[in-house]
Amino acid sequence: MKRLIAGAAALAAAGLGAARWAASRRRVQAAAKDPLESSRWLGVTINRPPDEVAPGGHLPDPLARVDAEVRMNRAPGDRGTEIYARPREHRAGAEGVLARLRGDDPRTVVRTALRETKSLLETGDVLRSDEELGTTRPTMPGKVLDMALGRAAEGGRL
Amino acid sequence: MKALCWQGVNELSVEQVPDPAILNAQDAIVKVTASTTCGSDLHLLGGYIPAMRAGDVIGHEFIGEIVDVGPEVNRHRVGDRVVVCSIIGCGRCWACRHDEWSLCENSNPKPGVTDLMWGGTTAGIFGYSHAMGGFRGSHAEYIRVPFVDYNAFTVPEGIADLDALFASDAAPTGWMGAELGGVKPGDVVAVWGCGAVGQMAARAAMLLGAERVIAIDRYPERLAMTARHVGCEVIDYTSTDVTAELRERTGGRGPDVCVEAVGMEADSTGIQRVYDGIKQQLRLEQDRPIAVREAIHACRKGGSVFVLGVFAGFVDKFPLGALMNKGLTLRGAQQHGQRYIPKLLDRIAKGDLKTSYLATHTMTLDEGPKGYDMFKHKKDGCVRAVFRPWA
Repeated sequence: MKRLIAGAAALAAAGLGAARWAASRRRVQAAAKDPLESSRWLGVTINRPPDEVAPGGHLPDPLARVDAEVRMNRAPGDRGTEIYARPREHRAGAEGVLARLRGDDPRTVVRTALRETKSLLETGDVLRSDEELGTTRPTMPGKVLDMALGRAAEGGRL
Repeated sequence: MKALCWQGVNELSVEQVPDPAILNAQDAIVKVTASTTCGSDLHLLGGYIPAMRAGDVIGHEFIGEIVDVGPEVNRHRVGDRVVVCSIIGCGRCWACRHDEWSLCENSNPKPGVTDLMWGGTTAGIFGYSHAMGGFRGSHAEYIRVPFVDYNAFTVPEGIADLDALFASDAAPTGWMGAELGGVKPGDVVAVWGCGAVGQMAARAAMLLGAERVIAIDRYPERLAMTARHVGCEVIDYTSTDVTAELRERTGGRGPDVCVEAVGMEADSTGIQRVYDGIKQQLRLEQDRPIAVREAIHACRKGGSVFVLGVFAGFVDKFPLGALMNKGLTLRGAQQHGQRYIPKLLDRIAKGDLKTSYLATHTMTLDEGPKGYDMFKHKKDGCVRAVFRPWA
């Protein structure tokens, strides 16, 4: 029994040593940045057939009004139409960060246009929040939240 | 108008706020005649749901009368007495068309928040933070109801307000847990939590043909209410080992379907309560999944667990090994109420489903803060406080 315990302890110690050695050899890798981030297509699926999404090949508003490449195809599984867009203009580096903060980043503009286009085609409207009839009062945490929520309408995977 | 507003963690007050208005052509304005507290409001009150702002009107389970409609409203008119689903659906996106209303893709004007939190956008909810769309709640004299043709249901004559009220949220949420949990005739079903939603889940399981239904809680008055009104078996977890008790009552198998109706502030008598409480307060986990863990452990091999309780973020010590090796099916959702409300109103009218007994305390809107204090601390046997803004 003693031999068994000693053997197990030796095995555990050897395993621990090997793990530590392996860890010391491995460099910690930073999270990979998506190299295609600025050029990826932004997509939504609209629950309407392609001929209703773009009758006669005409893009629907507000997507038609943004400066973007657009493509579309029928969605699999009777889900309607996949519509993709990406801005023609790319802003990189500090300029891109500033544009995102100001809310005029081209990708944000395209994303919002896609979401609103989907809502208009599916429901005939873009729903508004009650926030514009505000009941809230200003607080410090509220200001921080406002900054985050100010951009919340622009996000969304859809 | 008068409304009950969230002012900060555990702080509510009744305030004068601007009246709601028709903002979209498919909106209606509803004069609220009854609005009830819900266990999920306690997560807002406790500060566990992000994106609340001082002055936000809370409340999401209500009935009332339509007093104004937008120009594109077709199915309702002024004067309709309606019960309104707490979840807002557009009725025309793929999710709504497939009866998954809480996954609506057009009813949350602030999709970026839930997208960041959960990797996808979910439906708007009345009075449930700016992450869920920033819609005002129903603890008020009036409320704006978007896409009213899809979210409001005319209450048939003969159904009293307090019966119809719970068709807004508690009854359809409970029904969904039993139905999507896969309850079928002959099943043994266990339900964690004897609040209004848990009681409705237990009753739904019985109506769907379950042979035995066992509800679990720690409050004697809630256990007694469940036994009396739902007619199922009960277990007090403060005096019993729940898993052992369930095994003993099911021939060693465990329940076929386990419905968790507790949520992120679950309690227990064991070390888990201390462990999860500390981790939650230190923000090392957002939610306490104590009842979910127990449900997964108790469930029979190959069974099904449905999470009805509200969770917001990340949990610790999730028994993935038990889930995988026992071959369990795990599901969850906010309620797809529009799918169930018409049939639940039918069952209420026929007397199959009783709900008004859940309204243990009825009071004015001015008494809102007191109502939430009673509800949160289970004072005087409070299961649901109902506010009557025009009483």
